[in-house]
Amino acid sequence: MTTAIAISDLTKIYANGFEALKGISLEVQQGDFFALLGPNGAGKSTTIGVLSTLVRKSSGTVEIFGKNVDSHVYETKLDLGVVPQEINFSQFERVKDIVMTQAGYYGMPRKLAAERCEKYLRKLDLWDKRNDRSRTLSGGMKRRLMIARALVHEPKLLILDEPTAGVDIELRKSMWEFLTELNESGTTIILTTHYLEEAEQLCRNIAIIDQGRIVENTSMRALLAALDKQTYIVDLAKPIETLPDWGDVPVTASLLDSHSFEITVAASLTMSGLFKLFLERGIEVSALRSKSNRLEQLFLGRLTDARGDVANV
Amino acid sequence: MFKNHKYIAFETIVIKEVRRFVRIWVQTLVPPAITISLYFVIFGNLVGRRIGDMGGFDYMEFIIPGLIMMAVIQNSYSNVVSSFFSHKFQRSVEEVLVSPVPNAILLGGFIVGGMVRGLLVGAIVTGMALMFVDLQIQHPIITITVILLTAVVFSLAGFINALFANSFDDISIIPTFVLTPLIYLGGVFYSSSLLPPFWQTVSALNPIFYMVNTFRYGFLGVSDVSVGPAFVILVFFGVVLFSVCLMLLNRGTGLRS
Repeated sequence: MTTAIAISDLTKIYANGFEALKGISLEVQQGDFFALLGPNGAGKSTTIGVLSTLVRKSSGTVEIFGKNVDSHVYETKLDLGVVPQEINFSQFERVKDIVMTQAGYYGMPRKLAAERCEKYLRKLDLWDKRNDRSRTLSGGMKRRLMIARALVHEPKLLILDEPTAGVDIELRKSMWEFLTELNESGTTIILTTHYLEEAEQLCRNIAIIDQGRIVENTSMRALLAALDKQTYIVDLAKPIETLPDWGDVPVTASLLDSHSFEITVAASLTMSGLFKLFLERGIEVSALRSKSNRLEQLFLGRLTDARGDVANV
Repeated sequence: MFKNHKYIAFETIVIKEVRRFVRIWVQTLVPPAITISLYFVIFGNLVGRRIGDMGGFDYMEFIIPGLIMMAVIQNSYSNVVSSFFSHKFQRSVEEVLVSPVPNAILLGGFIVGGMVRGLLVGAIVTGMALMFVDLQIQHPIITITVILLTAVVFSLAGFINALFANSFDDISIIPTFVLTPLIYLGGVFYSSSLLPPFWQTVSALNPIFYMVNTFRYGFLGVSDVSVGPAFVILVFFGVVLFSVCLMLLNRGTGLRS
């Protein structure tokens, strides 16, 4: 399998002395849907900035599809599409002109550019808005416009920096479908997001970055397999005033109100086992739902572990 | 990889730049036409009648080349500085920075955009001037060459200003406190022969003085300076500013962190 991205010992020290990247190494395989997670200021956007050449690295090497970004500028940029976190198109231009201009920057002949422009504006439900000034678009439309713009030269690798931030649930789901379809058609996708559910739903592999270091780099499946606890919210058919005694069962529970409580159990406990637990204690359940995103627990756990390791060095 | 990708990228930037200033023509093309018309009416017609001849020509005829040159300088500069800084401010400059456009092509596109606006405004001003006097061009090649070179030089200067600018104040400081005084003291409204020897020497240090006089030579056939050295100065500034712009772009100054 070809390596889409190979980052080796990448460091970035900004002019003010802030060390944003402390020698990260990372590989993403072609065709992958890869999540890059981390808290604010962890180094995600700096990493993307280096890949897109908006940030100059201090040291290390970066290769895109086996070509060094420093020595193969044209080829590596042609293979790369970037959807940034912040809106970065002119607010005064028409939607179609923004996409056509981007195609022009990549040296695309006008006829082909017009075809691609229509293709992606239609796919992202923006074709009806093609003659509107970009400032009149809604927040979600602006994000979709940035995706259409990034795809117009049909890159083999697409990097999305928090593409669904501030986007409503319905639109987020439709974006997920679009990105999944794009990935299935062969485009390698790297995603940074604050919505951990998004990463869990979409991505096959994951890296967690914190304080300029990669603290986890594994498959989503392996990461989730490490989860040992699960929290549920239980809605009750009959109200209760106090929670029952759980005996020897390793359970943590707290009453939210007389009609619901929260319970954390071992991930190995089956649903049948959980309901048996409730029935034995006379708890009548009307509804049950998972409280928190599973990945969120792991994410926070990994960050805590990593910071502990650094502090102990 | 697309065939002719560099040319297409260059053409894209030029079209985008021209489309920008044409879209806001009320801000970019109308004000200089009105301002320069007022100069013609007030300085050329009303005040000029009392001044009489200047350099052997009717005062109105004398100031027209300088006023055209002033319009070209101001508009070439302001087009590039305001457009490129606006791209920086809105972060839309990232569109071109992440794409494979070579720095020289990026620079060339913005410079040509600035030149087109400068020359278009120059043509509008020339058209306005034709309403006041019957213009004759004595040396068309010199006239065209000097106006083209001037537009290049000031577009490049505007680009450097935009690279270093961090706020909208930063893009008005140089035009207000440097460019305008140099233009007014560059012999637009008077012949340097009227100045005392000391101020004649000071004028010789002003590059715009050479541009205005060489342009006037193209129109009227008279100049306070020799044409040859004036061209050398123009080409020198053009080469130096182009090299500085390219060096700053390669370093990522003001653009890449």
